[in-house]
Amino acid sequence: MKVELRINGQNRAAEVEPRKTLLDALRDNFLLNGTHAGCEHGVCGACTVLLDGDPVRSCLMFAVQADGYEVTTIEGVAPAPGELSVIQDAFCETHGLQCGYCTPGMILAAHALLQRNVAPTREEIVEAISGNICRCTGYGQIIEAVQFAAQRLQKANTPRPTDVSVVEAK
Amino acid sequence: MSADPASFRFVSTNRRVREDRRFVAGRGHYVADVALEGMLHVAVVASPHPAARIASIDASAALAMPGVHYVLTGEELAAATDPLMNGLDTPKVKRHPLAVGYARYGGEWVAAVVAESRALAEDAAERVQIDYEPLPFVINAEEALKPESPPVHPAHGSNVLLDRTFVWGEVEKHFAESPRHLAFRVTWGRSSTVPIETFGVAASWDPWRDMLDVWASIQMPKYPDQIARALRIPANNVRVHQDVDVGGSYGVKRGIKQTVLVAHLARRLGRPVRLIEDRLDNMGGGDAHGPDRIFDVELAFNDDGIVKSMKIRALDNAGAYAGRAPFQLGKPIGAIVGPYQIESVQYRAQSVTSNKAVQEAVRGFGQAPTNYAIETGIDKVAAALGLDRVEVRRRNFIRKEQFPYLIPSGSTYDSGDYHTVVDKVLSHIDFAALERERDRLRASGLLAGIGIAACLEPSGANSAFEPLLNEKNTTTTWMDSCRIVVDGLGFVTVTIHNTSSGQGHETLVSTVVGEVLQIDPDLIRVVRPDSLACLPSNSPVGSRMAIMLGGAAFHAAQKLKTKLTRIGAHQFGVGEDEVVYASGHVSDAKGGKQLGWIELVNIAHRHFHLLPEGTEPGLETTHVMQVPTGGALPKDGKVQMYPCHSFEFHVVLMAIDPALGKPKIKRYVIGHDCGTVITPHIVKGMTLGGIAHGLGAALLEEFVYNDEGQLITQGFMDYLLPSAHEVPEVEIVHHCTPSPFTVFGQKGSGESGYLGAPAAISAAVNDCVASLGISFNKLPIRISAIGDAIAEAQQAKEQTR
Repeated sequence: MKVELRINGQNRAAEVEPRKTLLDALRDNFLLNGTHAGCEHGVCGACTVLLDGDPVRSCLMFAVQADGYEVTTIEGVAPAPGELSVIQDAFCETHGLQCGYCTPGMILAAHALLQRNVAPTREEIVEAISGNICRCTGYGQIIEAVQFAAQRLQKANTPRPTDVSVVEAK
Repeated sequence: MSADPASFRFVSTNRRVREDRRFVAGRGHYVADVALEGMLHVAVVASPHPAARIASIDASAALAMPGVHYVLTGEELAAATDPLMNGLDTPKVKRHPLAVGYARYGGEWVAAVVAESRALAEDAAERVQIDYEPLPFVINAEEALKPESPPVHPAHGSNVLLDRTFVWGEVEKHFAESPRHLAFRVTWGRSSTVPIETFGVAASWDPWRDMLDVWASIQMPKYPDQIARALRIPANNVRVHQDVDVGGSYGVKRGIKQTVLVAHLARRLGRPVRLIEDRLDNMGGGDAHGPDRIFDVELAFNDDGIVKSMKIRALDNAGAYAGRAPFQLGKPIGAIVGPYQIESVQYRAQSVTSNKAVQEAVRGFGQAPTNYAIETGIDKVAAALGLDRVEVRRRNFIRKEQFPYLIPSGSTYDSGDYHTVVDKVLSHIDFAALERERDRLRASGLLAGIGIAACLEPSGANSAFEPLLNEKNTTTTWMDSCRIVVDGLGFVTVTIHNTSSGQGHETLVSTVVGEVLQIDPDLIRVVRPDSLACLPSNSPVGSRMAIMLGGAAFHAAQKLKTKLTRIGAHQFGVGEDEVVYASGHVSDAKGGKQLGWIELVNIAHRHFHLLPEGTEPGLETTHVMQVPTGGALPKDGKVQMYPCHSFEFHVVLMAIDPALGKPKIKRYVIGHDCGTVITPHIVKGMTLGGIAHGLGAALLEEFVYNDEGQLITQGFMDYLLPSAHEVPEVEIVHHCTPSPFTVFGQKGSGESGYLGAPAAISAAVNDCVASLGISFNKLPIRISAIGDAIAEAQQAKEQTR
C-alpha cells in the first residue's frame, strides 16, 4: 500500500505493507538509518522520531498511520552536512553519549523539550528524557548537555515557538 | 612511568570525544545499517521447553511460503561445523549454535529460517513444526549440584562444570586463632548488561576467493580465530570488518553462535545473510545473561574489626552450556581480598549447568558480585562489634606505603591511597551533616540509611584466569597493538585493531599519539582495518584499553619520534642524543640548525640517500604490547592477574517510604582513583554509567525463571533498566595515584562504578530497614520485596505489643 510522508521537510512516498512499522519504513524504504530499533515494544525510546514536533515511538506505529504527518528524524536536525545543531553540539561538549545508539532518540526528545521550554529545570529534563533508556552514561552528561543547550538557546537571537505549556498554565 | 604529568598537553585535558560527532548526527555505522546486495534475513525458532528431546522438525510448511529460502536445523549445522569453543576441559559439554537432538533451556534456538525479509522469516518460523518430548529439568543451582538432579548434559555425567578449592595462606590456623567469626550467605541475581542494540551479524561468502566477510556488533577477543575453527576453514579466509560501531556491549557482545550460524548459511546459500536479534531473541536465547551466584562467606576477625582470614564459596549457575560463566569465577581471584589486608583466603569456585540460558562476559567479569559479598561481610563485622563501618574499612585497608602489595592469591597490586580517597570523600560530603540529614529523614517518618562500599577495579586485562582454571591452557600473553603511518604529505594515520562499543578508542589513541609527537590530536586520522590487515589485539575487555591500547599507541609514537630524531641528527652530522625533538621539529641546539616536520617527512619518503644507514624508507611504526606484569604461568594455584588496580569508595544516602517500599537515593558520592585520567569526559561517563548499571543490578534487573523453567522477564516491561528517574545525580571526588606500570600512570576505568554500586546500594537499603530488624541478602532488592518485608515486620511488631 502506498504511503506518502513528509520527512525532514521533504515529500516522500513508498509502497509498504500495511503491517510495516514507521521505524522499519524509515530505515528500509527511506534509508534513514539514524532511527534505531532497541526493544521494538515501546519501552526504550531508541526509535524516537518527532511527529508534528512531538516525540513518538516509531516502533509502535505503522508507517501508514504517519500519512499526512510531519516526521522529523535525527537526519533532519543538523542544519547542514557537517554542521551540528545547538543541541547536537551540546551533547558533544558534555560527552552526553558513549555508544551512540540511543543518542538520536535522546536528542530528538531533548529537541522537543527545548522547543516548548527553553529554561527547563533538572526535573523537567529528567521527565523529558525518562522515556529514553541509555545504558552507557547513567544520564548525568545527557542532563548536562540539555542544560548547556538550554543556556545557549536562551542567549541565541533566533526566534523560538511560544512555550505552549507556560501559556496554558497561565 | 615514562611521561611527566605536569607537561601534558592533551592527556588529562578536557577535550571533546571525537566519535561523538557522527553519533549525534545519527551517522554511526551499526551492523543493522550494513545492507549487502541480495541479502537474506534470519529468524530463529526457540524451544518452548526447558529440557526436551527434539523428536522431529518438519519445515515443509515454512519452506512452501513465498520468499522463504531455507530452514536450518541443528543436525545440519553440527555436521558442517565444530562445536563452539569452551575454555574449560569439559569435552562432553558440547555447544552448538542450534540445539542438536536436545533443547536444554526455554528459549534455546532450535531452527533458523531464512527469507527475503525478517518479517517473512518470522512468519515462516511460526510454521516450523517441531515435536518435543519434554524431559526433567533443573533451574536452581543448589538443586543442580545434587547427584540425583537431571544432568543438563548426560554425557558429562553431572551438572558440575567446575569445582575447585583454592587455599592461599594459613586459613585454618588464622580461623582458629581469631576470637571472632561470622558466616553469612548473599545471592547475586542473574542480570546482565543488556545493551540497547541487540546482537547482530551479517556475513557473505565468496566461493571464488574463498573468503568469508563478517560484519558484527561484536566485542570479542579472538573472534576471527573462533569463526575459522568452528567453520573448519583457514583463519585467513575470514575477514571481520572492524569499522562497525557497536551499540553498547559492556562485555556481552560475543555472538559467536550467531556468527557461526549466519556464516554457515551464507556459505550454504551463496547469498549474504543477516541476523539481527529482536529483543525476545536477545533476552531468551541470545546467550547474553550474566553471573547468577550464591556466596557463602565466613570471616575470622578480632575485637578491633581486623579481618584476618576469609572463606568464600561461590556457586554460580552457568546455564545450559559453559559459555564464559566458569571463568567469571576465576577473574575475581586477582582481587579476592578487595582493598583489605586479609592474610589468608579459602576460595571454592563452583560452576554448575542448569536449564537456564547461557552466560556471557559481563562488565567486571564476576568482580561486582564478589565485591558485593566482601563488602557485605565488612559491614557485618562492623555491626557485630558495634563499630563504625568506615572505621572498620580504614583499619583493614592496605596502606599507601605497603604498595606494591602482594595479596595471598598471587597478584601484586600496583598502587593506591585508599585512606586519602576516603578522607576526601567524607570531607566533600561533610559526613556528620549527612548523618544529621539521615536522622532528619527518619524523624519525618521515613526509613533512612547510609550505604558504604569500597572496592578495587583490576584493570589491563590478561587471561591469566584461563590457565589457572584449566591447566591445558598455557596462554601467557594478551597483547594489544597500534600502528602509526605518516604519509608522504606528512599527515598521520593511526590504526587500531578492534571494534569499539562506546569507549572512545579513537579519541584515546589520537590523544596519546598527539601527546607523544606533540602534534594536534584532531589532525590525526584513526582507522580500523579489517581483521586480515590487523595487528594482534584482544579487544576492549577487562578495563584494558587505556593501559593496553594507550600503551601500544604511546610506544609506537615513541618509535616514530626516535626515527625522526635519528633522521634529523643524521642531517646535522651529530649524535642522536645531541638533538632535540619538539612539536614535530628536530633541532641541533648547538649548531643552531632545525628541520621541520615536512622536511623530515620528505627525507623519509623520498630521499633514501639522506637516510641513516640501515633505515627503512617511509614513516611507519608499530608496537605490539604485552600486558605489564604478565607473562608467567600459574604456580601452586597462584597467578599474577591484572596489572593495575583502580579504587572506588561509594557513599549513598537513601530514604524509603515505608508505605511504598520504594527506595529513593537522596545523595550519591563516589571517590574514584584510576591513576592518570587520559580523557576526563570518557572516564566520567564510564563511572556514572557504571553506577547506573550497578543500581539496576541492585534494585531492578533480573532474568527470572519460574517453576516451569520459563524465563518470565523477556522484555523491557519486566526486565527493568534504570531510567533517568531512577538514577540519582552522582558527585565524583577525584584522586590520582599513578600506576608505576603504565606509560602515563593510567589505570582502567571501564568497569568503574558498577563494581561497587550494588554493594553500596544494598548496604543503604539494609541500613534503612535495620531498625525493623530485617535485612535483604539477595539482589536485586525489588520494591515489592522491600514493601512486603516492611509490612510484615511492622505487623509482627504490632502483634508483639
